[in-house]
Amino acid sequence: MNFYKEMLRIRYFEEAAIKLWDQGKIKGSIHPYVGQEAIAVGFCQALDKKDYIISSHRGHGHYLAKGGDSSRMMAELLGKATGCCRGRGGSMHVADISSGNLGANGIVAANLGIGAGAALTSKLKKLGYVVVAFFGEGGSGQGMFHEALNISAVWKLPIIFVCENNRYAVSTDSRNSLPVSNVSERASAYGIPGITIDGNDILSVYKTAVEYVDRARYGRGPALIECKTYRWEGHYHGEPQVYRTKEEVETWKKNCPIKCFEVFLSDKKINISEIDDIKRTVKQEMEKAVFFAENSPEPKGIDLFNYLYSD
Amino acid sequence: MSGNVSYLEAIRCAMREEMNRDPNVIQLGCDIGLHGGAFTVTKGLFGEFGPERVMDTPISEGAIISCAIGAAITGLRPIAEIMFNDFSMLAMDQIVNQAAKIRYMFGGQVKIPVVIRFPEGSGYKGTAAQHSQCLEALYAHIPGLKVVLPSNPYNAKGLFKAAVRDDNPVIFIEHKTLYNMKAEVPDGDYIVPIGKSEIAMEGTDVTVAAYSYMVEVALRAAEKLKKENISLEVVDLLSVKPIDIGPVIESVKKTNRCVVAHEACKTCGVGAEIAALVAEHAFDYLDAPVLRVATKDVPIPFNNSEEEAALVKEADLIEAVRKLI
Repeated sequence: MNFYKEMLRIRYFEEAAIKLWDQGKIKGSIHPYVGQEAIAVGFCQALDKKDYIISSHRGHGHYLAKGGDSSRMMAELLGKATGCCRGRGGSMHVADISSGNLGANGIVAANLGIGAGAALTSKLKKLGYVVVAFFGEGGSGQGMFHEALNISAVWKLPIIFVCENNRYAVSTDSRNSLPVSNVSERASAYGIPGITIDGNDILSVYKTAVEYVDRARYGRGPALIECKTYRWEGHYHGEPQVYRTKEEVETWKKNCPIKCFEVFLSDKKINISEIDDIKRTVKQEMEKAVFFAENSPEPKGIDLFNYLYSD
Repeated sequence: MSGNVSYLEAIRCAMREEMNRDPNVIQLGCDIGLHGGAFTVTKGLFGEFGPERVMDTPISEGAIISCAIGAAITGLRPIAEIMFNDFSMLAMDQIVNQAAKIRYMFGGQVKIPVVIRFPEGSGYKGTAAQHSQCLEALYAHIPGLKVVLPSNPYNAKGLFKAAVRDDNPVIFIEHKTLYNMKAEVPDGDYIVPIGKSEIAMEGTDVTVAAYSYMVEVALRAAEKLKKENISLEVVDLLSVKPIDIGPVIESVKKTNRCVVAHEACKTCGVGAEIAALVAEHAFDYLDAPVLRVATKDVPIPFNNSEEEAALVKEADLIEAVRKLI
């Protein structure tokens, strides 16, 4: 039931954030994770607390799935002093080191190299943790994708590269940016496993994550896992989506990772009232997050130079 | 270690002492292992500390710097070598968007104790446009970075130790011409603090603000000008981010004249910043405009005489000083 609850936390968080943005309360862009929830949750459920993730610009889902506090992230989206980054980062830079999230990044694929560095620490200091680095299919066009996978493979680092192939890099259809049908095919260039799975099927994501996280933890090196999925929102919320049809979006919504898992649960004869309880609890959590964020103070009177350098 | 220690041996000595002091200090870069680095700065350290602390990397400047950042966030204190200043352009995202900003944009959750070191300048003639540049101004422009440029073996050792112990990303820029410069370097531990200028030579007539190899050039020019009864006061900035402008201002208050000298090309160089700071803080003391002496605004040409014509020289500095007197 954790899978279900964690996916729902992301969905409800994003719905609340979208509402706040529509009300003009989030002054800056947001990149919602709606539709991709099974990937963050499937992987993070396979991780220990000591493991790290490192996230992309579409990072809200990763933050919650790794155990980040929803109130502090919502406050961050509103730029409040109580935000997880004290209002300095906003939606694109949510980070929570204490829960093992090395942060979201506004530069596509930059997190892959930094994740490799975090994995290097684990290897050199024999700390036994694994790093999961999330990125999109668009990120696989970056030079850093090659550099990070190459160096991680050479050093057999404990890192899993998780490509969330949601088909569009902003507006560019992957068919116009990828010369191969699956990003995972690129793994062969580094001599590491590369597989493609259904990113909307949380059981498949979880099973794969367990296998390759264990493999990395026991010193057998990195893997590239491509999860096929679809983002329901535009690249950012409010984007005019001229590059795809409403019909295409509606078709994918029928393949909702949460709905699919509900079907699985009902087949398992899970009590509907249990599901309703979870929905109620998560709804309350997000109401609390919105209340906390809206009623938190602005970072007024705080030195603009704080945290630029450490003493 | 004491007398007759070269600049590069002084840096190597600081590396060895810091690696012995703190097991979290590691090094990574191209050919820094058995090969000892393109300029032999890390020579011998691979044998002493092993492949897990002196790590050869693929030719991937971006990955070198991002691995250093990721390792720093999680508890190591990496020293990353980039073979030439010019090659650090391949890691600009990692240095400018990542190392310099992650702590700030994450609200202080992490520290980035990384030293990024590379040589700059036209020390070995005939290396042309992509192996000879001095690009410190690019880094000095970025909030979140520190940029240091030692000018002799003594301050190279002390500044390197300060850089390794600093919890922030420090760009440590060595000069190729200085690598074989020898001087007295004390045994054992000492620090030359980052962000502190020094008076390299006292004088009364003209202040020369310089750093890196140009300090050496200014000291030579000062000896020559002494014979003409012109006395230079040479200020060695040592760091260009943060710039400790105080000693320059105090000197200008005394000499009322100022020349800024660097090997980087002139336009938008660190010299422009220093000239502006002198104008802001010592305008009323100036008897003449602040002059900049720098390399011409061209890529470094391969042909030796053309290279010589492009580069800033001692004669340029002497000419500038004479103009002010």
